[in-house]
Amino acid sequence: MALNILVAVKRVPAPGAKIVLTEDAQRIDTKHLGFTVSPHEECAVEEAVQLTGQHGGESTVLTLGPEVAEEQLRTAISMGINHGVLVATDDEEWDAIATAAALTDAITTLEAERGAFDLILFGNESADAGNYQVGVRVAHALDRPVVSGIKDIEVTGDGVTMKRAVDDGFEVMQLPLPAVAAVKEGINLPRYPAMRGRLIAKKAQIRHITPEQRQGGLSRVRLRHPQQDQTETQILGTGAEAAPAVARIFEEVGLL
Amino acid sequence: MTTVLTYVERDGDTLAKPSRETLTFARSLAEAHGWGLDAALVGDPTEGSLADLRAQGVATVHALVHDHLDDDAAPAAVAEALVQLHTQLGPGVLVGPGTDHGAEVMAHVGARTDLPLAANCTTAAPADGGGWDLTRVRWGGVLLEDAHLEADVALLTAAPHQTAAQSAGAPGAAELSTFKPELDDALHVTRVKERATRGGGISLATAPVVISGGRGVGSAEGFGILEELAELLGGAVGCSRVATNNGWRSHNDQVGQTGTRVAPDLYVACGISGATQHWVGCMSSKKILAINTDAEAPMVTRADYAVLGDLHELLPALVEEVKARRGVG
Amino acid sequence: MSDLPDRAHVVVIGAGIVGNCIVGHLADKGWKEIVLVDKGPLPDPGGSTGHASNFIFPVDHGKEIAMLTLDSQRQYEAMGIQVSPGGIEVARTEERMEELRRRMASAKAWGVESELISNERIKELVPFVNTDILLGGFWTPSVSVVDSLQAGTIMRQKAIDASALTVSANTEVEDLEVEDGRIKAVVTDRGRIECEYVIVACGVWSPKIAAMAGATIPLTPAVHQMIDVGPIPALEETRAEIAFPIVRDMDTNMYERQNGGDMEVGSYAHRPILHMPEDIPSIEEAQLSPTQLPLSQEDFDPQMEDALELMPDLLDTPGAGVKHGIDGLLSLTPDGGPILGETIEVKGLWSAAAVWIKEGPGVGRMIAEWMTDGEPEIDPHGADIARFTPHQRTWKHIRARTSEGFNKTYGIVHPREQWESDRDQRHSTFHPRTKALGAVYFEAGTWERPQWYESNAPLVEEFGVADREHEWDRRWWSPIINAEHLAMRERAAMIDLTAFSIYEVKGAGACEYLQRMVVANVDRPIGRIMYTPVLTHKGGFRSDLTVVRLGWDHYRIITGGGDWGRDLKWFTDHLPSDGSAFLYDVTNAWCTAGVWGPRARDIVQSVTEHDLSNEAFPFGQAQQVEVNGIPTLMLRISYVGDLGWEIHAPMEHGLKLWDTLWEAGQPHGMIAAGGGVYGTTGRIEKGYRLMGAELESEYNPVEAGLAFPKVKAADFNGKENYLKARESEPIAKMCSLTVEDHTSKAGIKRFMNGGEPILTTDGQRIADAHGRPSFVTTAGSGPSVGKHILLAYLPTEHAEEGNELLVEYMNEHYPVVVRSNTRNGIFDPDDTRMKA
Repeated sequence: MALNILVAVKRVPAPGAKIVLTEDAQRIDTKHLGFTVSPHEECAVEEAVQLTGQHGGESTVLTLGPEVAEEQLRTAISMGINHGVLVATDDEEWDAIATAAALTDAITTLEAERGAFDLILFGNESADAGNYQVGVRVAHALDRPVVSGIKDIEVTGDGVTMKRAVDDGFEVMQLPLPAVAAVKEGINLPRYPAMRGRLIAKKAQIRHITPEQRQGGLSRVRLRHPQQDQTETQILGTGAEAAPAVARIFEEVGLL
Repeated sequence: MTTVLTYVERDGDTLAKPSRETLTFARSLAEAHGWGLDAALVGDPTEGSLADLRAQGVATVHALVHDHLDDDAAPAAVAEALVQLHTQLGPGVLVGPGTDHGAEVMAHVGARTDLPLAANCTTAAPADGGGWDLTRVRWGGVLLEDAHLEADVALLTAAPHQTAAQSAGAPGAAELSTFKPELDDALHVTRVKERATRGGGISLATAPVVISGGRGVGSAEGFGILEELAELLGGAVGCSRVATNNGWRSHNDQVGQTGTRVAPDLYVACGISGATQHWVGCMSSKKILAINTDAEAPMVTRADYAVLGDLHELLPALVEEVKARRGVG
Repeated sequence: MSDLPDRAHVVVIGAGIVGNCIVGHLADKGWKEIVLVDKGPLPDPGGSTGHASNFIFPVDHGKEIAMLTLDSQRQYEAMGIQVSPGGIEVARTEERMEELRRRMASAKAWGVESELISNERIKELVPFVNTDILLGGFWTPSVSVVDSLQAGTIMRQKAIDASALTVSANTEVEDLEVEDGRIKAVVTDRGRIECEYVIVACGVWSPKIAAMAGATIPLTPAVHQMIDVGPIPALEETRAEIAFPIVRDMDTNMYERQNGGDMEVGSYAHRPILHMPEDIPSIEEAQLSPTQLPLSQEDFDPQMEDALELMPDLLDTPGAGVKHGIDGLLSLTPDGGPILGETIEVKGLWSAAAVWIKEGPGVGRMIAEWMTDGEPEIDPHGADIARFTPHQRTWKHIRARTSEGFNKTYGIVHPREQWESDRDQRHSTFHPRTKALGAVYFEAGTWERPQWYESNAPLVEEFGVADREHEWDRRWWSPIINAEHLAMRERAAMIDLTAFSIYEVKGAGACEYLQRMVVANVDRPIGRIMYTPVLTHKGGFRSDLTVVRLGWDHYRIITGGGDWGRDLKWFTDHLPSDGSAFLYDVTNAWCTAGVWGPRARDIVQSVTEHDLSNEAFPFGQAQQVEVNGIPTLMLRISYVGDLGWEIHAPMEHGLKLWDTLWEAGQPHGMIAAGGGVYGTTGRIEKGYRLMGAELESEYNPVEAGLAFPKVKAADFNGKENYLKARESEPIAKMCSLTVEDHTSKAGIKRFMNGGEPILTTDGQRIADAHGRPSFVTTAGSGPSVGKHILLAYLPTEHAEEGNELLVEYMNEHYPVVVRSNTRNGIFDPDDTRMKA
């Protein structure tokens, strides 16, 4: 059966080894940084492309963010997603409740036009905020089953089998469609955006939806760096000759 | 009296370590304000877990009992049970562990109550003008966010590895109370239908020592010597994102922000430079040993111990050394 | 990690390709106590070297860069870290094909084996190129790929093995201490190092580091975009880092270079994206490295289309995608050249910046030679940091010129091409008048100097001057130049020469000082003009200029507009330490008008009571002359071979001087002539040499035909080698040649522009016993002799007058004949006109 899949992504900066904050401590200084989406979401995009490749159908990528987040939509399109939708906000970060509400509204609008999405994929959590809840809230609002931590999706008949990675293996769930999943990196190895795809993506029409901002409940006061314990690295030696010294550390921590 | 209700998970007979950390986090909040500390868990508690709950100073243990509340329970069903219990207990705080499962259950709690949920908190306190002041981790722990939660009821998860689990000054009664929620059938759609265990080996998340490899390992075959050392020490093998992306290791072995967060007694980083993505996955380890050719690699400068040089020279010698000591001891 | 010493002889800042090669070569030259610091880790501290594409196309139109590149290739080869997959520059347009033909001439000139190849051959070499869109290619088998990081390691190790070097990575320079104008110490976060020399080899950070000592290195960090596309099975199958030739898609300003299983696509086509050195992120802040910024995708999109057009199947291989893309930072300079040498502001503080991988080892050698011997083997004329004027060191200028120059990286740059940005900054006081006459301005040392005057267009008909048939030959040229020339020869011309650089030397020791500096004997009577070579210590040309004795302790030095900074530094550096002579720059205080031609005396005499007769004011004399109430210094010399004077007047009298002379000239048919006449046609007919063209440090005055009959008793720079050179027949001689047939195979007349190789009649490349190639140093019309004249050094056996040779131009050969092998030009060799 042909699938209609939606993937939700979030534009986040790609920081270096040290994250620099703006003077007002409200955000990351992105002057030198590029932007991307969380690795989980990259995999969600890839999964949507693979699933529609296998089963036919169409895929849509959706984001809530500033105008410039079109860049992330186009990257997804260059990987093989068919449509891009931007729920345009100012450049402020919306909390999980506000985000989920706006996404839900947007999905409802899109579904009214194009029919229901069989699958809606989220990343398990965003790289920056790490709220772990937007997908669940959207699913709840849409009254659809949702599972998180998903590392395998197989669409069978009118249902879907999903596997959640746990410490010692997998939990297997069987869901009816339509369904929602928050996926994790490892579900696949995302492809690189093709050059040809990039050119297609460049010309793709991005649908803009203006959201209403629902009052959330979590607001930022400031960002800061955690107290770093200044560890003085003890050099145990160089190369193979350090083996006895390392073995002594094993003893100290009770491994030997 | 306000109650801090803590959702906890078992790990076999005992309470899972993150749940004990969460209880310690919850207790400090309760103690600071003279509030009660309750715990809720799926099914009847085992003896071992009750002991842990007592040690954590829990007053009442709410066993969530329902035909479909078991190890395979749907997170939505657990959440609904918690919501009903919490409603019955009255306004206060509901805390869950910031584990994958805890986060998923608490997300459902948030969705079902339409209340804001602050994930991965390190501190929380009632704010002067109402609501809650809290600190939570972002970017997997590289940054902290001071935030305000505007709600009467605080829904929180406790950031893993941020609060060390400590026993209460005085043990709690851990009085057992059974709570039987009313659960709609639709909630069980996402129950676990079957399980596939990887079998054998020691889990990355709980191993006492993790031998992790990155770009410096060079190949899938290169991990052989890491496997050998891990097995000798009763540990697990981990890897960086580079190793996963190069196809050298399965993603299940990946330590990092989007892989597994580990906190072993000793973390051995072999040929890993220590990018933020990786660092946040291992920074909670008690001790870190870096093996790297580059003395200035972030992994080396942040580690407790370091060996400078090629891991492929050190590790074979180390395996021999460990074997020799075993032989003597 | 070595401990940082608290003193060193020389501290090199920056462990990229340049810094590493410098320490290696300094150690070779016997230097000890060298410290190399970098704020990043080794072997890749995060500068431009770390993301360089590492390929080398050896053919360049300019000799200096070509020689540095060839030297570098030899050094990389000797280090064993070079492979040569070859490279093809492909043409999509006929204009580019013409450029490739021109490149053939440059390849021939510098001795690089290259070949123009057909689409079929391109397809054979690189099967995945879409030749449907191509016209042909320029194939250079010696195009190579090097491991620049490994080269750095080898160079460092060489210096370490010689017990000459301490390396300190992860060491950030915080300050440079200067005392009494000399570098004193480098302050780092790991300690302070006192030293005699500091070399700034910091690439894009160089301006920031130099500024710590109050010095300027005028470059800007700029973006060069590249992406890595893969995995591509067709490339993976080669199991090689690089198996296919590198393709330069010149018309789209792009290259495609195999990188293992991927294809690297790089571009110089996007808009100029400039950064400030202060704004480059730290190693920790950067996502990849400080000089590998996130790809600004939108700027790259059009290039993707071009790349896909060139290699459609390969780049569109299923499963292949953009693995990685960067805005890589590299250094751009206002004129595109490297920035080498001691800074003008601080003694002992050297710059070695804006150097590409292809020049790195050559520059390492150059700097080491320069610091050790006082001069490098390859003339650093175009790379010398001293070449920049204060205006060229401003950020506005740097940004404007680098923005304009960026897209010329693969561009077709005409040898006479003029910059368009940041012009009209420096005007002669004559400017309103020259402008009114329709002057077309060329830039000379940042001055606007008239090249020809559109108002002289009627002269073209009057003198029957033919235009050039081919657009390339007449680009940045006008037949008006030749017409102005003929009008000057017949009547007179006035030329704005205010762009001249003028210094004065004063003091009791002035004479002694200048004796030491120049070849000519300057201990001559007051009023005497001495044209003289200035030599390097090795006896090659450092400069050529005019010295006038104004008083017993007072001299004026007049040199070219473009040589202002270099000559000023050279003369200043050599001033006596006892203060017995001092030198000051009066360039901006004097305007200069030249009046030459058979009517010059009549014209100038009509506005002065001063006796200008040949007896009262003979050739080679300078006299203080009142011209219509303006106090001037008139110099009876000529660079164009006609009777007349160079008239210096205080700048503020400039307009008055111009108007006086102009009015006086009208009855005599005097015209205004531009630099086209002064710098090329007039000069070349007389065989006069120009610094930076005919004159360079690789040639001595004997070879240039500029040795004097007698050698003065006083010692001077380069004297020993000058004397040695005089003892025997030179192995090469500067010659004037004329083109005997201009007709191309296509049946149109072609005119060389300079830079072309001179060949034997059977088409063989000519080089002298030192390996120095024979190529055209200046080409230009000789309107009065009716020939196109070429100047070139020829090995003595070819330098016979009447000898027939060939010149290669646009891949065709044209017959030439040697007309003169001495300083005497073709026109009026006995100088009867000038001395009339």
